[in-house]
Amino acid sequence: MAALITPLGRKTLEVLRTLGHHASFFIDLMKSLPPVLRRPYLAVAQVHAIGNLSLVIIVASGLAVGFVLALQMYYALSRYGAAESLGLVVNLSLVRELGPVVSALLFAGRAGTSLTAEIGLMKAGEQLAAMDMMAIDPRSRVLAPRFIGGIVSMPILAILFSTIGILGAYVVAVLLIGVDSGNFWSIMQSGVDVWRDVGNGIVKSIVFGVICTFVALYQGYETQATPEGVAHATTKTVVISSLAVLGMDFILTALMFSTT
Amino acid sequence: MGKKSIETLVGLFVLAGVVALVFLALKAANLGSFDSGDTYTLTAKFDNIGGLKARAPVRSAGVTVGRVTAISLDPKTYQGVVHLQIQKGVQFPDDSSARILTAGLLGDQYLGIEPGGSEKNFAPGDQIKQTQSAVVLENLIGQFLFSKAADAGTPGASTPPANGGKK
Repeated sequence: MAALITPLGRKTLEVLRTLGHHASFFIDLMKSLPPVLRRPYLAVAQVHAIGNLSLVIIVASGLAVGFVLALQMYYALSRYGAAESLGLVVNLSLVRELGPVVSALLFAGRAGTSLTAEIGLMKAGEQLAAMDMMAIDPRSRVLAPRFIGGIVSMPILAILFSTIGILGAYVVAVLLIGVDSGNFWSIMQSGVDVWRDVGNGIVKSIVFGVICTFVALYQGYETQATPEGVAHATTKTVVISSLAVLGMDFILTALMFSTT
Repeated sequence: MGKKSIETLVGLFVLAGVVALVFLALKAANLGSFDSGDTYTLTAKFDNIGGLKARAPVRSAGVTVGRVTAISLDPKTYQGVVHLQIQKGVQFPDDSSARILTAGLLGDQYLGIEPGGSEKNFAPGDQIKQTQSAVVLENLIGQFLFSKAADAGTPGASTPPANGGKK
């Protein structure tokens, strides 16, 4: 009997310890944010590394998603004679769900992994320890600017993703298929609310930015300082942040769009 | 890459985000189409508001002139109280009537205002006296079935020729 109960207890304590470790790491990270204000350039450089360099994949994916969504929705909607509502359907699905979620998944793959690998190698090369020796807090010097860079970049990338997707849908629906341009825009405008749809989408993308960046930094900072450790941490970054984003998206959608 | 050029690139990145946000807000959503401008409020009481929701459009002759801001229940008369916000430039005679209509067969419900013939216009905060409730599909079907049943009950009414009169 004890052989069954003891592993259960050990597992529970392990989960609790991991959660507590995440929480205390998060609190430390929050405490190390204010010093960045004295060196804003550090954060600006990270916005460049995280945001600007992710632009190509975000724009390309947004365009592709917009194209495909418009084509598929056209096949489905034209059966019911509602092809004019195409713009509305594409806009709502992009702004509410696909924009924040897909760009967060791409963000975890493109930016999160590079953050983890960079910090992991810094740790493996004992650069973080060297900073500590020179009385420079590696959290406020290395982690905090990256955290801010991630949180600033993520909403911008999500907005760009949705916008490019809508323009892509416009190209397919209006220019290629021949849906009426005026109806495309006016039905979209009457059905999409700025605060409820666009605003909530932005809130979602900020939350996803915090999740993805935090997971990447945590995995990098707590990695085992070996080549295998860094590889393992990079994989874990993608898996954990993707699952966290998808789970959080369900919770946020239920909270934001449940009533009326 | 120099410090200056990185800052320029980040500036462009943020600018692109702002432009995209303005596009989403103005071109792809309803900001600026109605919410701006002065409005006045009216109320209307309905026996049944059907599926009307807050933020539903208020239309007259098919033109959107306002929005439903809030819906509540009058605790004394048990009627639904609908609060409307109408554009300042649009005035209705004070004997106008309000109806709850449906856009298309399965569309959203909206509030239609039928102008009356009075000389005086509604003052802000007035109540629309003449209202017509939403059409509830279940009631319609119920009425239809009852009238059918009444027809079938009367002698001489058409009986279904199931066996063609053969025995």
